[in-house]
Amino acid sequence: MLPEYNSELPMSQKVLLNATEINIALNRLACQLIEKHDDFSKTVLIGIQPRGIFLAERLKTLLETEYKIKNIKLGYLDITFFRDDFRRGEKPLEANKTSIDFVVEDKNVVFIDDVLFTGRSIRSALTAVQSFGRPLEIELLTLIDRRFSRHLPIQPDYRGRQVDAINGEKVKVCWKENDGEDAVYLVKN
Amino acid sequence: MELSVNHLLGIKYITEADIQLIFETADHFKEVINRPIKKVPSLRDITIANLFFENSTRTKLSFELAEKRLSADVINFASSSSSVTKGETLIDTVNNILSMKVDMVVMRHPNPGAGVFLSKHVDASIINAGDGAHEHPTQALLDTYSIREKLGDVAGKKVVIVGDILHSRVALSNIFALQKLGAKVKVCGPKTLIPKYIEKLNVEVETNLRKALEWCDVANMLRVQNERMDISYFPTTREYTQQFGLNKTLLDSLNKEIVVMHPGPINRGVEITSDVADSKQSIILEQVQNGVAIRMAVIYLLASKIKHHED
Repeated sequence: MLPEYNSELPMSQKVLLNATEINIALNRLACQLIEKHDDFSKTVLIGIQPRGIFLAERLKTLLETEYKIKNIKLGYLDITFFRDDFRRGEKPLEANKTSIDFVVEDKNVVFIDDVLFTGRSIRSALTAVQSFGRPLEIELLTLIDRRFSRHLPIQPDYRGRQVDAINGEKVKVCWKENDGEDAVYLVKN
Repeated sequence: MELSVNHLLGIKYITEADIQLIFETADHFKEVINRPIKKVPSLRDITIANLFFENSTRTKLSFELAEKRLSADVINFASSSSSVTKGETLIDTVNNILSMKVDMVVMRHPNPGAGVFLSKHVDASIINAGDGAHEHPTQALLDTYSIREKLGDVAGKKVVIVGDILHSRVALSNIFALQKLGAKVKVCGPKTLIPKYIEKLNVEVETNLRKALEWCDVANMLRVQNERMDISYFPTTREYTQQFGLNKTLLDSLNKEIVVMHPGPINRGVEITSDVADSKQSIILEQVQNGVAIRMAVIYLLASKIKHHED
């Protein structure tokens, strides 16, 4: 799933967030969501494939168990067919599963992704979600917001941590259920 | 993952991995075409020409819908209303169309090998939508995809293809696709309509329809292609129907529930009766729906191999 971070090139990685810090950030994000969306009756969460779904699931579980909010609607949105770099990269684009079994018409939609970098994925997601209706409002939640790297005028409404990273660096978000640990690294090549 | 080929000329030329990739991509497109808005913008800078040198309704509509669902620009061409009747050659016709900046050609042609020939002479991705009695790869892909959807897997399944094997491009493409995916294939029909060297393809021949049906999990009933028959291959249609037609009594008398398929167009009452075609065991309409998803997948995967030029 992850791009080739484990290449033989010499690289160093720095911990940006450890498991405890991620947990604190998740709790804060959950509280911020509740502040705005109350009981989530008019709100739907949409995890952006492939890496946003872990964060989205975590938040849903947290909201349900810790904050006793019931019936949170969570969907996954794949943006592959809506990307603007079709035929422009070295590798072909591979699709992931979209599963949205509710209507987004007149709902408050919260996009959830792990890292906000250029903003192009979110631009694609804004187009893709239109296939499922006309939302009342769309917000963006990201765990990591990479500053000064946007190609488009897109900013998060909820952010876990703001990070300054130069272009050669990568931000790697690991989740226990997929990568064996909860951690965020800044990887330098 | 990407396809091992730049054209889809026949199932013979692609690998099992290619077929699986097409299936996985089609799964995603099947979800797309069931959305309220059934369209994605992936191919908005691709132009596709549909060249039909032979009649078609289903395949042509299915391809055109698939192209439009992917946001490609589409131009259509039917030989009956074109300069082909004035004596233009195939390469000239296609090169003229390509000079209008077309990236991909979907072609149906009455001559076997027309797609292969064209792919060697023109600079565009070619999709074969049926070439004479040779191959019809997208039909075989949608047939095997429909089997996979209905029975979970194609590997290990027993499929009998019944009817006019001799004139059928669907039969040949299906045999290749089913075998590449690990299914066992038999053909069944009057001896006159079974090609002479069919056993060379590791296909068994069965001339008794009941025996064939009792053996199989899936029966693919082909249409009797009267338009391709230069001589009389069986005495009367009535006799063909009695020996090789599938009716409800025969279907119900089998000791298991088989899946019934038909590539269309159906000659109701000849190779298959109406009550069978409309029964629960028939997946004929699912085949048509899957056709759009499969063609979207093929077009998308081939288009992703066309390099982007910034000119």
